[in-house]
Amino acid sequence: MSDATQYEPVIGLEIHIQLATNTKMFCGCRLEFGAEPNTLTCPVCLGHPGTLPVPNEQAVKFAIATGLALGCSIAPRSMFHRKNYFYPDLPKGYQISQFDIPICANGELSGVRIHRAHMEEDAAKNIHVGESGRIHGAGRTVVDYNRGGTPLVEIVTEPDIHSGAQAREWLQLLRATIKRLGVSDVNMEEGSLRCDANISIRPVGQKELGVKSELKNMNSFRFIERGIDAEIARQTALLNAGEKVEQETLHFDPSSGSLTSLRSKEEAHDYRYFPEPDLVPVAPSSELIDEIRASLPELPLQKAERYENDLGISAETSKFLAFNAEMGAYFEAVLAAAGDGADNKRIGDWVVGELVARIGADADPAESKVEPAAMARLVSLVGEKAVTNAGAKTVLDKLVESGGDPDAIVEAEGLAAMGDSDELAGIVDAALEANPKAVEDMKSGNMKAIGAVIGFVMKQTQGRADGGEVTKIVREKLGL
Amino acid sequence: MSQDLLKLSAAQAVSAIQAGDVSASELYDFYRRRASADEFNSYLSVDSDSTIAPAGGELAGVPIAIKDLFCMEGVETRAASKILNGYVPPYDSTVVAKLRAAGASFIGKTNMDEFAMGSSNENSAFGAVRNPWDPTRVPGGSSGGSAAAVAAGTAPWATGTDTGGSIRQPAALCGLVGLKPTYGAVSRFGMIAFASSLDQAGPITRDVADAALMLKHIHGKDASDSTSIGLPEDVVAPSAENLNGLKFGIPAPLDWGGVQTVVKAVFDASCKRIEAAGGEIVELPLPHADYALSAYYIIAPAEASANLARMDGVRFGQRADVSGGLTEMYETTRGEGFGPEVKRRIMLGTYALSSGYYDAYYGQAQKVRTKIVEDFKAAYETCDFIITPTSPSVAFGLGEKTDDPLQMYLSDYFTVPISLAGVPAISLPAGLATSDGSAVAEPGTEGALPVGLQIAAPHFAENKLLDAAHVFERETDFADGPWTWGS
Repeated sequence: MSDATQYEPVIGLEIHIQLATNTKMFCGCRLEFGAEPNTLTCPVCLGHPGTLPVPNEQAVKFAIATGLALGCSIAPRSMFHRKNYFYPDLPKGYQISQFDIPICANGELSGVRIHRAHMEEDAAKNIHVGESGRIHGAGRTVVDYNRGGTPLVEIVTEPDIHSGAQAREWLQLLRATIKRLGVSDVNMEEGSLRCDANISIRPVGQKELGVKSELKNMNSFRFIERGIDAEIARQTALLNAGEKVEQETLHFDPSSGSLTSLRSKEEAHDYRYFPEPDLVPVAPSSELIDEIRASLPELPLQKAERYENDLGISAETSKFLAFNAEMGAYFEAVLAAAGDGADNKRIGDWVVGELVARIGADADPAESKVEPAAMARLVSLVGEKAVTNAGAKTVLDKLVESGGDPDAIVEAEGLAAMGDSDELAGIVDAALEANPKAVEDMKSGNMKAIGAVIGFVMKQTQGRADGGEVTKIVREKLGL
Repeated sequence: MSQDLLKLSAAQAVSAIQAGDVSASELYDFYRRRASADEFNSYLSVDSDSTIAPAGGELAGVPIAIKDLFCMEGVETRAASKILNGYVPPYDSTVVAKLRAAGASFIGKTNMDEFAMGSSNENSAFGAVRNPWDPTRVPGGSSGGSAAAVAAGTAPWATGTDTGGSIRQPAALCGLVGLKPTYGAVSRFGMIAFASSLDQAGPITRDVADAALMLKHIHGKDASDSTSIGLPEDVVAPSAENLNGLKFGIPAPLDWGGVQTVVKAVFDASCKRIEAAGGEIVELPLPHADYALSAYYIIAPAEASANLARMDGVRFGQRADVSGGLTEMYETTRGEGFGPEVKRRIMLGTYALSSGYYDAYYGQAQKVRTKIVEDFKAAYETCDFIITPTSPSVAFGLGEKTDDPLQMYLSDYFTVPISLAGVPAISLPAGLATSDGSAVAEPGTEGALPVGLQIAAPHFAENKLLDAAHVFERETDFADGPWTWGS
């Protein structure tokens, strides 16, 4: 009976974004990833007795820009609170965060509602010295306070996501949006974008939410998708076995695919939030908000729309390009190199279809050896039929491998397309001669047999012949 | 000659140094020697660096004692707590930096109640301070070391801090002037926080003119303290001649039940002097003032519970040597490092902020605070100042109240409502009581103890307040303090 129950996963995300301000949230220390440990600190961010926080104006502006890009309303007066707990990476014994009145609330991005986006300071970094690399089993723990006090925006979605794949796709859009705003590096490996997921399942049709678990700190889009799917599977198996889901916090280990419990509901903290008495409320003027709104760049959703409507690129390719920050930037660079009148749709198809197939969907094409100008030139050669599709693919292989100029590669490799030439006609003659069976079949009406002939020609010409042209010549010669 | 130096108030010392009658280093050495020989446990450290080179500035060469709550670069700063043993701040608090910039030279760090929590200075981890008027009695707290130092003449003046009365009450119990400025007038940066929404730095001095002089140099908006505003106008030396046209409000009904008879008698006499100087005494309602103590003892411990969380043994101060894990290190460090009163308040505050109790305690206390702010606002529409005794009693005996925290907390009955309202208030000598506290005493009476008057003004009306206090001071026949008694 229970086996027959269909469950609907319900997922909400909490995303921490480190803002790319020059200095920390509440002191003047410079921000830099990978600096010598404990060199970017001062009495304030080390939590020395007597020190006081002073909010970073740039961080407030970045938080407002983030909220506006996510369709949020901006609170005319928001508060900072203290979130109290003890941990060595938290110098003051409390984190300055926002609680009941966040700076941004009630937004929406591509069908996922934003509950809130609030400002807070990042913790420092505990480094557990020992085999496991995690706190359990560590020999000792050292702390690097460089990261402590980095401005963060925490974005909390409503539970509007229903699969790991959807979570991944939406996060990519979010990342591209933030990247486009220029308020964060949104680099998951460096931790400037971090994501937790709240996951529950419920019988299809039921309104009430099931018991949720929280999946902590997944550090790549792929792991997020896999972690969420693994947790959905775990919860489904539990319910199917007649057991209950316990509220707990989990860690997903991508190498083993396993989920381990970090703490249960009973161990949950009482953070004893109260208004931060060292800070006055954040009260941005409506002029400031309008100014920030007016300076927002074209965002990925708008960009996808433009690609589809103005460039004639398919909806799917448009989204892929616009929602993938690096891919989108590269595509724009190729468009710019190609200039006016270029076949933008073909450029999109080549970037998404061919280049991505070669370098992988997660790679940044800007870091590949294929210069945007080379990509533009290659697509234009295809358009001019100066090189065949097959030939162009060979050129792209070479470009990916060692970069360079497409024209030079075509020349060096002898990949120039054979047009309506005598040379091609001669090779077609040889092909017909070598494939008498195919000729018979074609004559008796089976044009599929032309494949063998084309294959022969392609082999002889190393792909420089245009398939359409070969077909034309064959038809002429056989009078079909 | 020595007695001449001792008689100079800070303002007089400024003039004497400027006139070339006294040399800065002579004055400094004189006080440093006196501080080194202090008999009242007023100091936690006395500056051993004799090579002072007074910079320019109005205060050039005038020595000052600094409450141990203020961070000073390179000088061990412990807030009289064991947990900060060995903590040498890498930076100056703004108050210290401003005094330094004005040319002041520092005598030492004064004793206090641990983390400014106390009304008797018996909560110091480094021993109680004794009252120079009577060494068997407390000097008040938490700025007891500063008050005792000034009263005993081991410093001409000192900084204090006031959260619920910690400048005013020791000033009253030691026969001195203590000014708590408007919240926001003086930067809190570098002052080890007790209750952030209440803490204010201020002067403890022999007279009102010195209080004005120090305030002039320490107030101001500070980029390092988001809650600082500074004062809207320059602080000027008080010069008023009389109190003509000024209304002094007495909160009514005031609960005199817990107030010593002699304190009431001195207060009544003070009112008569105010009238004689041209002032008018009126009664006014402060309907929520009676709830102030209850609200204060929720709000202050709640903030303190978070403010003291950084004392965790990880980055500075004393760390317990334990073999176990992180939790054991935290628990032992804090268990050994904090004294009983600090622990009591951390527990109170933690409880008041806990999930499920927040609304009933912290939330409710904040509502009371808002009501008190409104009460004061309404009161100042009908009067210029509010007056009360500063302390319900004269200095009490050492150990007399240490077993009864509630009785101790009642010492703050008159000072706490003003702290919650955030308005400025001054305590100044109003009269003397006989040593048994039974009657008003004449100046010169053997064993007499000082009684203070508290005058509170509206937000940012410090100049007006100092002027009124100056007139009252002139009209009051008060004995010179213990600093004039010695050899």
